[in-house]
Amino acid sequence: MTAKGWRDTVPGGWIKEAGNALEYKTGSWRSIGPVFIPENCINCLFCWAFCPDDAIMVKDGKMVGVNYDYCKGCGICARECPAKNKALVMGEEG
Amino acid sequence: MAQKVAITGNEAVALAMKQINPDVVAAYPITPQTEIVQIFSTYVNNGLIDTEFVTVESEHSAMSATVGAASAGARAMTATSANGLALMWEIVYIAASNRLPIVMPVVNRALSGPINIHCDHSDAMGARDSGWIQLWSENTQEAYDNMIQAVRLAENPNVQLPVMVCMDGFIISHAMENAEVLPDEVVREFIGDYTPQKTLLDKENPVTAGPLAFTDSYFEFKRAQAEAMIQAKPYVLEVAREYAKVSGREYGLFETYKLEDAEVGIVVLGSTAGTAKNVVDKLRGQGFKAGLLKPRVFRPFPAEELATALGHLKALAVMDRADSFNAFSGPLFAEITAAMYDSGAQTKIVNYIYGLGGRDVGLGDIEKVYGHLARIAESGKVDQRLNYLGVRE
Ligand code: SF4
Ligand code: SF4
Repeated sequence: MTAKGWRDTVPGGWIKEAGNALEYKTGSWRSIGPVFIPENCINCLFCWAFCPDDAIMVKDGKMVGVNYDYCKGCGICARECPAKNKALVMGEEG
Repeated sequence: MAQKVAITGNEAVALAMKQINPDVVAAYPITPQTEIVQIFSTYVNNGLIDTEFVTVESEHSAMSATVGAASAGARAMTATSANGLALMWEIVYIAASNRLPIVMPVVNRALSGPINIHCDHSDAMGARDSGWIQLWSENTQEAYDNMIQAVRLAENPNVQLPVMVCMDGFIISHAMENAEVLPDEVVREFIGDYTPQKTLLDKENPVTAGPLAFTDSYFEFKRAQAEAMIQAKPYVLEVAREYAKVSGREYGLFETYKLEDAEVGIVVLGSTAGTAKNVVDKLRGQGFKAGLLKPRVFRPFPAEELATALGHLKALAVMDRADSFNAFSGPLFAEITAAMYDSGAQTKIVNYIYGLGGRDVGLGDIEKVYGHLARIAESGKVDQRLNYLGVRE
């Protein structure tokens, strides 16, 4: 989101475009994040179900990675991942 | 045709609200404002108007419901006094920052404690930084006229700010006076149909009201809000000019009384201005060049215009019916003095705190203030900046 000067703000702070929360990249709040290890993943999608944001990316029914634009680093996904060798581990992600 | 009636301030404001016929009124009774919502509710109950009247459980809820209704795009109003305004506080700020054109009569009354229900200006003065426009009234006529102008002003697409119409508790709210009221259709035509600039109820254009704005944007929104108040001044005057055409009564940012050639003057808000005008007449009869200025618009604060009107005086007393408890002065004094300093005026200025908790202010009290000013004008020196008028020593 480009930073607007005060003259370009909507009076009263009303948000006129629906769904523009997508533009608010809350991932900057994260200190550590989940690192995805695809070879350990059994595609149970527990991580997708448990993620309190919308930060687990799924394509064609398969877990494909973490969207760090929105991931807060809460660690729930890594904790819930049931794979024998965890497919999500908290650490300094890229 | 306009009609002369004997009417109290509360009745006049309730009548103005009936003529405005807002979409929504959410209110809670508090002395001395109670009659406004009581009388208004009978208009609704008797089917004379079709306002949705919401009986809420507190003033916090009254302002919340009014903000909700205004956000939905309704012409929404409430009314309050003193501790009721204090209880609304959180939402009062939100009404202004969300740029909602709400109109609210504030029947000025002392804030507790000690508990007191009588007139002073501590309620509205406390809200002076809330972002609301404030129009002050000297009498019933002005309270009525300000109410009707407030609607046009608040709803102007370039203003979009809430407006408080301030009137002295009991002195105006409960005293019966002669006033001229306009026919319903003149009021309706003057305020016009309300076209909200924004609404939560348009499903084709969904919006969010009152969102979060952190370190990266809050300041920009507040700067824009400040600009709305800076730009509001000409619209106050534009609405006043339009109102003069339908009512024959002229309003400005303030009223001056025998001020142009005065050597000493008083600045005073509200009903005490009426008392002070009598004193000015008496002193003028004795050849003493006394004058008066009564602010009408306190927010936006007309700093340059006030300094221009007052700058020629040798001595000036700014009277505050509220104390700031800042070990310096009342609120009106601080702002008028700042405006005068900026203009380079050489006027000697003193502050009088008066009338707290409904303490009566008589002609003799005002005469004492002019006497003090005469001494300052002669000596060219301010002996005592902060003075308390009418308090027992
Ligand atoms: S760390 Fe939390 S926010 Fe990030 S992907 Fe995992 S569950 Fe979602
Ligand atoms: S919870 Fe673990 S195993 Fe299951 S889909 Fe997510 S990463 Fe893969």
